[in-house]
Amino acid sequence: MASTITSPATADDRVSARSVGARLLSRPEIGSLVGAAVILVFFLIAAPPFRDINNTGTILYQAALVGVMAVPVALLMIGGEFDLSAGVAVTTSGLTAGLFAYQFSVNVWLGILIALAVSLAVGAFNGWLLMRTGLPSFLVTLGTFFILQGLNIAVTRLASGAVASNSISDMDGFGAAQKVFASEFKLGGVTIKIIIVWWIVFVAIAAWVLLKTQIGNWIFAVGGDAAAARAVGVPVKKVKIGLFMAVGFFAWFAGMQLLFVQNGVVQSGEGVGKEFVYIIAAVVGGCLLTGGYGSVAGGAIGALIFGMVQLGVVYAGWNPDWFKAFLGTMLLLATIVNLVVKNRAEAR
Amino acid sequence: MTTTESFASEAANSPTAPIVHLEDVGKSYGNIQALRGVSLSVRQGEITCVLGDNGAGKSTLIKIIAGLHDYTSGTMSVNGEERHFASPRESLDSGIATVYQDLALAPLMSVWRNFFLGNELTRGPFRQLDERAMKRIANEELTKMGISIPDLEQPVGKLSGGQRQCVAIARAIHFGAKVLILDEPTAALGVNQSGVVLKYVVKARDAGIGVIFITHNPHHAYLVGNHFVVLKLGRVALDTQRADITLEQLTTEMAGGSELEALSHELRDLAPDAVADVQDAIQAQEKE
Repeated sequence: MASTITSPATADDRVSARSVGARLLSRPEIGSLVGAAVILVFFLIAAPPFRDINNTGTILYQAALVGVMAVPVALLMIGGEFDLSAGVAVTTSGLTAGLFAYQFSVNVWLGILIALAVSLAVGAFNGWLLMRTGLPSFLVTLGTFFILQGLNIAVTRLASGAVASNSISDMDGFGAAQKVFASEFKLGGVTIKIIIVWWIVFVAIAAWVLLKTQIGNWIFAVGGDAAAARAVGVPVKKVKIGLFMAVGFFAWFAGMQLLFVQNGVVQSGEGVGKEFVYIIAAVVGGCLLTGGYGSVAGGAIGALIFGMVQLGVVYAGWNPDWFKAFLGTMLLLATIVNLVVKNRAEAR
Repeated sequence: MTTTESFASEAANSPTAPIVHLEDVGKSYGNIQALRGVSLSVRQGEITCVLGDNGAGKSTLIKIIAGLHDYTSGTMSVNGEERHFASPRESLDSGIATVYQDLALAPLMSVWRNFFLGNELTRGPFRQLDERAMKRIANEELTKMGISIPDLEQPVGKLSGGQRQCVAIARAIHFGAKVLILDEPTAALGVNQSGVVLKYVVKARDAGIGVIFITHNPHHAYLVGNHFVVLKLGRVALDTQRADITLEQLTTEMAGGSELEALSHELRDLAPDAVADVQDAIQAQEKE
């Protein structure tokens, strides 16, 4: 076009293109990445065993235990909800598989499948009840948290007569299942637990889904503005129920890891409080509690920070009592950073 | 003959064949009749302005056409066919797009992601988002509407109110709207921003789209409207073509007309000096 001045498309000269640096800084996970680097350097200096390559596997293992669940919890948070029952749902999954296989004397894999069905059903129930009642997810999942916590102990005692599930380590299919969920291998002298590999695979798939697919776009939209998403034809209910079922799926996986790493026994009281650790990982990783913003990679970095701090405190020879205080401080710092980011993004 | 031309000639040849036609439509919520006996025609290439005070029934009317509520009496026909919409999706599928006051944009999502929200383009066996194509099309469509957004990656929340309004309108037009309902598009905007939006409303009309422009600002309505409908307490108080009304009359009608005059007399009795004549006030406003 010859006359660019009269063209209606003339750029508003108050708006300049953002620099690469500014774009990078506006990524949701940037704060956690900087935090992770600082913590890494700090413990490399403060804790000599931290530098030992053999301990890297242990640190990654701690991170993966949190990280696997941080994947769906981050997605759910971006979708505008959170799930307080995620911690005990992991225990429910492990107990279901163990108790079912033992009580009915069936192949371990059948128990695993039943546990998958139960876990998905718990997720679907959370999502359905939430959409049906319009109650906040805090209340709905607080309810299921107590229900599952109670059922875990009550059903276990009813079935096994104790507070732990019966061991299924000598049953058919146990060996193969343990290989899938809780084996380990050596990589250049470092012992790598298989869950670390799974964790990386899950993060890669979930990050791809979130950023590169239609479903991912819809997850951002239902968390950012559910009414707006509905108005343009996004199936809001399906997306949210699907996200809760994703939490169910990952709770199933984490439950299987729990079951097979402990040689087929799960303590029925486990998992309480873990839900907050998953939420912390997601929030530290840049997910907004109010939804619509965040990243899967951020949740993974949050889990990595969790693993590094948990073991760093031990390796540095400090009293582990300090760990929780450290964790809480990090959560506050992360939320403040996120708040600043959000305000900047929404500033007109 | 291009589609637009045939559109235009069709509209010109058959001015009696409206694309959306409401006949005696009513809507009651329990014992409250929000809308009574409303008749309205929307034609292609025309801007139909629906004016009314708060609570006059404007929102109820658009909710019926947009498929959010069903009507309880009368008939609504779209393309000559009688319809009852069960969901906004059905309304969308018959070519009616609504740009709500809250715009239906997710503030933290980027411009291009918002533009294609619910209608994402995908490619390949894994149905991956075709980001490049979506950014290109969003940029083209926005440029066509005369909006320049240098960085389509920036969140919609960073745009000005007018720009956001235009993104929502451009999106509706791109996805094949034949009828565009604009719910108070200028209500929250300043003078310049309103001007920008009104220009796009005219562009949409010139593209052969039937526009329903909901507003309570008679000045904005008169600038662009072909046809005016004033609602009052759920009824049509005035239905007229542009040629048959002046801005002054429209303003008076909107402001409450005779009721307001009666009120001014009443107030004058209480405090004779403090109350100006309504007509004088309106005329003074016109001159400004």
